[in-house]
This record gives sequence, C-alpha cells and structure tokens, in this order.
Amino acid sequence: MFKRIAFTVNGKAYDFEVDVRESLLEVLRNHLGLTGAKQGCGVGECGACSVLIDGVPHDTCIFLAVWADGKDIRTIEGVAGINGELSQVQQAFVEEGAIQCGFCTPGLVLTTTALKESGKDYTREELKRELSGHLCRCTGYQNIAKAAEKSLEGHICTCEDSPHYKGAII
Amino acid sequence: MYDIKAYYEAESVEEAARLLAEKPNLKLIAGGTDVLIKMHGGQLEEAELLSLRKIKSLENIHVRDDGTVAIGAMATFSVIFHNAMLKKLIPVLTEAAVSMGGPQIRNIATIGGNVCNGATSADSASSLFALNARLKLQDEKGERVVPIREFYLGPGKVALNPGEILTEILIAPEDYLGFGGQYIKFAMREAMDIATLGVAAVCKVENGNFAEVRIGLGVAGPTPLRCLEAEEYARGKKITAETLKEIGKLAVRSTKARTSWRASKEYREHLVEELTQRALKTAVVNAGGAEVV
Repeated sequence: MFKRIAFTVNGKAYDFEVDVRESLLEVLRNHLGLTGAKQGCGVGECGACSVLIDGVPHDTCIFLAVWADGKDIRTIEGVAGINGELSQVQQAFVEEGAIQCGFCTPGLVLTTTALKESGKDYTREELKRELSGHLCRCTGYQNIAKAAEKSLEGHICTCEDSPHYKGAII
Repeated sequence: MYDIKAYYEAESVEEAARLLAEKPNLKLIAGGTDVLIKMHGGQLEEAELLSLRKIKSLENIHVRDDGTVAIGAMATFSVIFHNAMLKKLIPVLTEAAVSMGGPQIRNIATIGGNVCNGATSADSASSLFALNARLKLQDEKGERVVPIREFYLGPGKVALNPGEILTEILIAPEDYLGFGGQYIKFAMREAMDIATLGVAAVCKVENGNFAEVRIGLGVAGPTPLRCLEAEEYARGKKITAETLKEIGKLAVRSTKARTSWRASKEYREHLVEELTQRALKTAVVNAGGAEVV
C-alpha cells in the first residue's frame, strides 16, 4: 500500500509516494540518500536516528514515513551553511572534542541546535535532561555536555558553574 | 519495514469511529511508541492501522467552566509537561509526564496511548489513579465516561470495547483543587527507563491533619492500583512521622507485587513502604502543610 506525501527536507520540497510500511528513517536514507541519520537500536531508545520535525527532535526509526506529510524536516545534512561552513553548534562539538566514533553525533548536534534555536534558558540539569535521549556508546558524555553548553554560551546558557558562563542575559 | 497490511487515517473522531465500526480489525495508532515497538518485536503482525494523528481536536488541553481539567488523548507528554496551566493546577501530572522515556519519546508519545496500552508501568497512570481521572470513550453510537480504576483490567488489557476510542481524560475540580501532590519514579536510570515502581500521592491538609489522601501505585501489581486501606486510615489523622509510617505499611497491603528481572517482590514492597512515605511527605508541604520531621 502506497500513499502520496508532500514534505520538505532541509528546505527542499518533495512530493512522492511512500510505502506505508516504511519508517521516515528508511525514506531519508534509502530514497533521499541522507545517511546522516543512523539506524541504531531501531526502537526509539538510542537517538542515533533523530532529526528535527517542525523544529522538534524525533526518533525517525519509529516515525512512519506517511506521518511526514506536510512536515518540515531538518537532518544533519542541512545544518552547515551553504558553502559548507560549520554551524556554531557543529563548531562547538569540534572544539570540545565531543566526537569519538561519530554515530550519535548527528542526533546530538540536531537536538542541541533545536535547544539553541528555541531561545529558551536552560540550567545544566535541564540541558542534560534534554540530551538524555541520545546514547553515546563511546561514553564521551562530558565533552558532549561541554559542547552543548558552549553552543548555548552567552546566548541562553544560565549554568553559572559552567566555564562558558558569561553572566545572565537581561 | 514494518509489517503493516493496511493504513487508514481519520481527520475527525467521528470519521475514526465510523471506520472502526466498519473494520473492527483496525488497530489504533497514536504516537506509535508502543504499537511500532510491538511490530518491531514481532508481537503484532500484518497490522491494519488506523492513525489518529490528523485529529487535531484530540490534542486540546483546557479547563471547562465547571473547573474540570480536560486533556485530549493525543496530547503528547512534552505538551503536557510544558503546559503552564497544568503545571500550576496539577503539577503531580506534569512531573509524571517528564519522567517518561526521553525527550524524543515524549515529543511523540501520547497520554491516551500510554493509558490504552494498559501497562502497569505507565508513567501517567499512577498520577491519574491518584487524581481519580475519568476517561471519555467514544464510538459510532455515542460516548461514555469511565473511572480510570475500572479501565485497567489486567496486564495490557483495558476496558475499551470494540469500536471505542479514548478521546479525553477528565479530572474534576474536587479531585485536584486544594490538593498537594508528589510523583516518585523509581528506576535504575534517570532517563529512558521503565519504572521499577511509580508512586503518586496527593493529599489535602486541614489544621495539621490529613483531610484526604489518595495514593496511586504503578508496577506494584498487574495494573496500576490505589492504596484504599492506607487512604482510609489516613483520613482525619494528625500528620506525624508515625502516621506516615503506618500509611507506608498499610500501602503494601494493597499491592500484588511480583518478582521480575527488574526487582524482586520483596524489594518492590520495601519501595512501596518507603516511597509512599517520601511522596506523601513532599505532598503535605505542597498542600500547604508543615514539613514532617
């Protein structure tokens, strides 16, 4: 059974038929060639398949492709600038050495991007909670947390004990 | 690929109810965080799905004129957690909502799906039990309202008749106004874990006495449950450490805990006795009472 859906991925509009049995992850990887989102656990626990749907992080392994109808999707391929320059979040991950094998990185960068773009304030505990849906099996969590804090630096981070804290925004 | 034989989607509850009446085999899907996992594990094969995702009216959260809080079945855990009105009126429920799964799961999993899945470990269930929540069920012919305690029949089994759809969760003003509450989820990890035990306690305090206490437990039996004996004992009692201790002991008597790979029966019973006291202690303060030392 097929169903026609229209959606945008990284600003590009698509309109085609998808198999109702497919997950969004399968459509992104197999039909659109966007392999930044990874299949990890396949049951929505590890977060390696996360993308932003209408700006909100979702696990695409348990998101049916038909549900993408009318949605605006952003994958890791759509984070850098037009000429390939790294986003502020990507740059923070590089600077803090927050990448080891790289399997969890696309999801973490996207979730951090969503937090940054939300314009909200986060305490360190809230930040950890918001990142808790991404498992890093290299267990590089310290550097990931540092990179996330750096991404929110001066802009919205209110983690007073953070080395990146530069005073409250009024 | 998921083992999906057919896929339908409705844009209104009436349309969904009609489709469900025509094709009784249809399996309702909301956020999919239980249904798709079951399919992934082979527990659900050749599924014919009816998606409720396009029914926007089911996402609504509002307070009715009579003070009843009405939460649409398709409200996600993230939406519930971030709802300022719920946080103010019934924080015990928003706290339970944020304890569930991880952020991505909360962004899609719905409270209605959590309830209809029938799991004793459902993070929303113990709070909804303690709040005397009522469930509005609709089918092609009309609707009915059932108390949540009558809805859970057994593990994974709920009192949803063929053709019925859970549309709203209702909490009456007399069940939340003036109450303080606390939810404690006990699990091995702080995120992405299923509760070893869930305790929701709400209470109303008058002149240093318990006017009313309600305790909802998850994973203390095959379904979420209430501790009626302990609640009855608490009524009118002076709020002291001794009273709390006795409530903790009596709470265990309402449980039917079992040994699973997560925890033994004995350990769970110990958790019930201890965590009921801790939850109630905070609930007392949240209800405006003095801290028990």
